[in-house]
Amino acid sequence: MLKVDNVTKVYKVGTFGGRTMTAVDTVSFDVRPGEVVSLIGESGSGKSTIGKMILGLTPVTSGSITVDGVPIQPGKDYYRTVQGVFQDPFSCYNPVFKADRVFALIKESYYPSVPDAEWTERVRSAIQDVRLNPDEVLGKFPHQLSGGQLQRLLIARALLLDLKLLIADEITSMLDASTRIDVLNLLAELKARGLGVLYVTHDLSLGHYLAERTVVLRRGTIVEMGLTSKVFDDPLHPYTRQLLSAVPRLHAPWDDIEPPATCLYHERGGVGGLLEADPGHYVACAQLSDC
Amino acid sequence: MTTTTTLPTEERVVRREALYFAVRNTKLMIGFGIVLFLLLVGIFGPILANVEDPNEYVAAAMLPPSSEHWFGTTTFGQDVFTQFVYGLRTTFVAGALGGGIAAVIAMVIGFVAGYRGGWVDEILNMLTNVVLVIPTLAVLLIINAYLGIRSVGVQALFIGLTSWPWAARSIRAQTFSLRNREFVDLARLSGMTTRKIITREIAPNMSSYLFMTFILLFGGSILIASSLDFIGLGPTEGVSLGLMLQNSTQWSALQLGLWWWFVPPGAGITAVVGALYVANVGLDEVFNPKLRET
Ligand SMILES: Nc1ncnc2c1ncn2[C@@H]1O[C@H](COP(=O)(O)OP(=O)(O)O)[C@@H](O)[C@H]1O
Ligand SMILES: [Mg+2]
Repeated sequence: MLKVDNVTKVYKVGTFGGRTMTAVDTVSFDVRPGEVVSLIGESGSGKSTIGKMILGLTPVTSGSITVDGVPIQPGKDYYRTVQGVFQDPFSCYNPVFKADRVFALIKESYYPSVPDAEWTERVRSAIQDVRLNPDEVLGKFPHQLSGGQLQRLLIARALLLDLKLLIADEITSMLDASTRIDVLNLLAELKARGLGVLYVTHDLSLGHYLAERTVVLRRGTIVEMGLTSKVFDDPLHPYTRQLLSAVPRLHAPWDDIEPPATCLYHERGGVGGLLEADPGHYVACAQLSDC
Repeated sequence: MTTTTTLPTEERVVRREALYFAVRNTKLMIGFGIVLFLLLVGIFGPILANVEDPNEYVAAAMLPPSSEHWFGTTTFGQDVFTQFVYGLRTTFVAGALGGGIAAVIAMVIGFVAGYRGGWVDEILNMLTNVVLVIPTLAVLLIINAYLGIRSVGVQALFIGLTSWPWAARSIRAQTFSLRNREFVDLARLSGMTTRKIITREIAPNMSSYLFMTFILLFGGSILIASSLDFIGLGPTEGVSLGLMLQNSTQWSALQLGLWWWFVPPGAGITAVVGALYVANVGLDEVFNPKLRET
């Protein structure tokens, strides 16, 4: 369904766009219906940039993104089926309006002819679907609600549309442990409904819990990708191994990865970005730099 | 608010709430009260006074305030109260027109530059800087020499066209910081167009800020207009609070002890600008739910 094909994003930074910064470098992966794909990488690795490009909130520098074979066309029709939920629920609400305005905007754009009473019913049932009590959350300002409530309302908002694809960008990182599980269960339900979910995270254990497939991103490039079980049980890339090593080491920066004596990618004569080591299990060159 | 059976359009709710808090805000009520009162004086005063020319010589010279002449008379026997109500009207017109024109230009340029960014921003920024460094007074002197500023409208237009740059800059800066907030992305994901996002997401977020900007532009226009009047670049006909001040100074009202000649126009200018400022402080509390005492 979603196909990200050799996508690169170069940001212009500095006055007059004097310098550039490559945030995402020739990334390709796909998400199928009814599948959760987790995109794992440390902060600054370009995860949100990928999410924003898929959502059409920032243009790609090169490469293509298609949904059902059609290049994405950000706009009202596109967002009827493709939605995003972001990391920081507090900044997703306009602080001068009540939180339920996010529902009113959906109605205004997509369901202007639905009678108010029926719409209210739909909103209330979507809110119940995310296990909130409509009476507790409707008619309140964002600062009167908790992060978990706000985040769930955003999921409820997405549920009001006929979604095919949801981009969930670190949606649990601001939540406490118990709410986090609830939200993840919600994503599992969406998956069961046949939605494709791109689950962006830096939290390994939770990604494991949910996703069929895992994409490991490092400094804007994919270093390893494949079935979650393969990537987690049999990591091929030294960066993935380090990510998975249970104890984070103090004093040793993440980038101090010792390249292994033998690099699978070179042994097997990989070409292009990724080598298909096992069926459906891809790995990049272990040298972590040009080689 | 426990059970909501219907969800009215969000804006309607916000407006009703804002009104609810507005009428309970003393600062806002006092500030607006004073402005409204002076505005009514400016509107109905001239209608009631109903004279052909407020600069007519109607009584003996230098009369102190009395029941006949509420604000006394000038050295020429003009009625100061009549001049005051006509002047107030002119002053409101100059402020509203000049401030309004400047506010519209500042908002269009500030919103577009801040939201679009990139080369659009750079070009608009350049334009802003050019207007900012134009020596307004020199240009006005030249224009006055060639065309002559004869009406309040032309004066206000000129003020509006030259006084917007600082406001455009601050609106641009605010817009710039707001457009990177995720609720703007979310609005986009709700199918809103750029124009709607600016007017319905970004602008309401800085509504009290915009209002303050308008107040400062409004007050600024009144002050600029008064200064122009004061140095003899005002409209040649009619009367304004600035022209009254100019006349009173020119004819040594202070030295002659004719306080009733310069106090009303001075107090009028101060009251309008000051009351608008007080109202703005109150408005900030109304628009910002976090400042409300609940
Ligand atoms: N609008 C932007 N302009 C310039 N650089 C950006 C912008 N957004 C993100 N970046 C940079 O791109 C890199 C990737 O950012 P991001 O996609 O947010 O990473 P992640 O979500 O994985 O933490 C970071 O180095 C960040 O500084
Ligand atoms: Mg991010």
